[in-house]
Amino acid sequence: MTGLGHATGVILAKELRTEFRSRELLGTTIVFVLIVIVLFSFTFDPTSSESRRFGPGLLWLAFLFAGSLMLQPSFLREHTNDTLSALRLAPIDPFSILAGKMAANFLFLLLVELILLPVFAVMYNTAILPVIGPLVLVFALGTLGITTAGTVFSAVAAQARLRELLLPLLLLPLMAPVLIASTEATAGLLRDPSELSLVWMTFLVTFDVVFLTAAWLFGEYLLEE
Amino acid sequence: MRWSGVARNNFFAIWSRAERSRVSTAHASSSIGVPSGGPGSGLRIQFTGIEKRYGMRMALRGVSLEISAGECVALVGHNGSGKTTLLKIAAQLSRPSRGKIVFNERGIELSPEEVKSRIGMVGHHTLVYDELTAEENLIFFAKLFSLPDPEGRARQALEPVGLARRAGDMVRTFSRGMRQRLGIARALLASPGLLLLDEPAAGLDPEGQQWLGDTLGNLHAAGCTIVMSTHGRNETQASVTRAIRLEGGKITHDSGLGGDPNDVLVMAAVRGMQEEDETSS
Amino acid sequence: MSTDSQSPARSSAVISLPAVLGVFLLLAAGTYAALIYAPTEATMGLIQRIFYFHLASGWTFFVAFALVLVGSVAFIWTRDAKWDWLSVASAEVGLAFVTVVLVTGPIWAKPVWGIWWTWDARITSTFMLWVLFVSYLVLRTLVDDPERRAVVSAVFGIFACLDVPLVYFSIWWFRTQHPQPVIGGGGSLDPRMWWAVLMCWAAMLGVMAVLIRIRYRLEAMRAEVDAIRLEASMGD
Repeated sequence: MTGLGHATGVILAKELRTEFRSRELLGTTIVFVLIVIVLFSFTFDPTSSESRRFGPGLLWLAFLFAGSLMLQPSFLREHTNDTLSALRLAPIDPFSILAGKMAANFLFLLLVELILLPVFAVMYNTAILPVIGPLVLVFALGTLGITTAGTVFSAVAAQARLRELLLPLLLLPLMAPVLIASTEATAGLLRDPSELSLVWMTFLVTFDVVFLTAAWLFGEYLLEE
Repeated sequence: MRWSGVARNNFFAIWSRAERSRVSTAHASSSIGVPSGGPGSGLRIQFTGIEKRYGMRMALRGVSLEISAGECVALVGHNGSGKTTLLKIAAQLSRPSRGKIVFNERGIELSPEEVKSRIGMVGHHTLVYDELTAEENLIFFAKLFSLPDPEGRARQALEPVGLARRAGDMVRTFSRGMRQRLGIARALLASPGLLLLDEPAAGLDPEGQQWLGDTLGNLHAAGCTIVMSTHGRNETQASVTRAIRLEGGKITHDSGLGGDPNDVLVMAAVRGMQEEDETSS
Repeated sequence: MSTDSQSPARSSAVISLPAVLGVFLLLAAGTYAALIYAPTEATMGLIQRIFYFHLASGWTFFVAFALVLVGSVAFIWTRDAKWDWLSVASAEVGLAFVTVVLVTGPIWAKPVWGIWWTWDARITSTFMLWVLFVSYLVLRTLVDDPERRAVVSAVFGIFACLDVPLVYFSIWWFRTQHPQPVIGGGGSLDPRMWWAVLMCWAAMLGVMAVLIRIRYRLEAMRAEVDAIRLEASMGD
């Protein structure tokens, strides 16, 4: 039986190769988040102080919506030629299928966020360079939370009707804590003087650990027939 | 209620939960000295009282069957008779609602993990990725099976199926027949002791069917156990040693070990033609 | 399955009469305690009495919610359908109680504090819980095959239940940083009021148990009908 780490790595490599070949998912998601950011700018007066108040929340909302849309293809792609069965036939731990996809989705969403961060900084006149290190850390932890549960739920949605609506319906309520924590942590960093909230960071780490463990324990049952 | 006992037993029966260890066991590789596609010894399968329920539908109703190592079995029956379900259960893609399935190789019972590395399946769908090249597909699966030198194995596997020249092309550009052949190459990558095929002739032209029949013949000669579901009579059945007919989830005819499969096959073909007449009129 | 190993004569009863009568008594006692026994609150007046049902419902839905978690985990562990029945019954009844809380809250708040709603920690968290229960039930309606539905909702149920403490904490900590007007609190309780609260809670728990039991039996009977149909179709 192929080891969990090895199988996960192989599947991750395949997902990365597939996506970077076409880049359609990345491209579409980036455009989507851009549109959301622009639309949000119409809902309040984007002066410097207002931006600092509302900006982080809007940014994370945009990421959350983007995540709930771009996580769909994760398992839907495996339905076209029933490649999911091919994966389940292989002598691998079923969790490695989930883990490989989680890792891939995490990298994709994080990449989208990092590409859009400078755009956001420019459009809303916020200085991000001084705090770029901790900021990336916050992004990583928040994104991990979104993609862990999101990948699991995309496996759930793949078995149900109305799956395009179902994934956001399942994911968004669960992600409320991530939204709050990430927004607060980001806002804290962008504030003047910037501060890194230990409470929220610990909270995000806890969230990620809890859901990764739950996914490891129970996720594989979603792949059965 | 009078029905309670029956109801209790039927509905949601607790199926036998095979123990699954989370620790990866060493890959039991029968080292392959022969070119890719040459199997090790064949697997013996024992189905006991297999039932499978999908919602309100019973796909399989108590199937008990023993397939010895090296047999080439044809499963015949119309759509919905349970052929695909039985194959899926054999492939461990589906768990039976009830019943047990045991695999043996050279007299030793195999654990579920070991079985996975000894099975190859060719399904209804192609089971390969459109967005990758033929070679990338095979390398990917070779790695998942922990095969040594995955790149070499992949290249070797493309030869017998005649796709060596198209190794670097996206599967998206392949014809149905070519995808089928790639799927077969994928199934044979790890030199399986058991090959399961679900209506492999569908979508193949007569030439392709002939080729498949020859390939199966070679595998059969090398000792691989083959179980193939089929709709009617075609070129792929040259090496079939036993035919089993399924109807409504039950076995109705079995030519048996050492018997003559032709009667069952012909009967299936005739019934198949009757069906076509009925549906077309 | 050990659900109904009663004698044939009694097993057709969905729920036993003594149990229903007992709960009725509890409910009567609780209502009496809330409406008559407890003293009228000094500042808020008569409307305050709704608080007993509000609080009792609040504690009760947590119990229902814990049952969903228990049912979901037990189902994954044993694959016995009865745990799935327990989960869906508890989720539906729990949803009803959360709705009661969310409705009695504003009814109480408006006359007393002048506002229908505020986004304070407790109300927001309760609302999130309501949304999670609803998502769980919506998910169930969208999966057709009973076995897949049970597995899928068990996994989602577990995730949702694990999320709840995280939801509560994050909202609470957020609100300590960004306070909002808090409603529904304040004042110490006269000991007679505590009795009223406990009586009401006991009554609500009784109602919850009865409702879950009825809903559970409904699900069990659906399963029996399915099995009978299956048995009949197998006969041909």
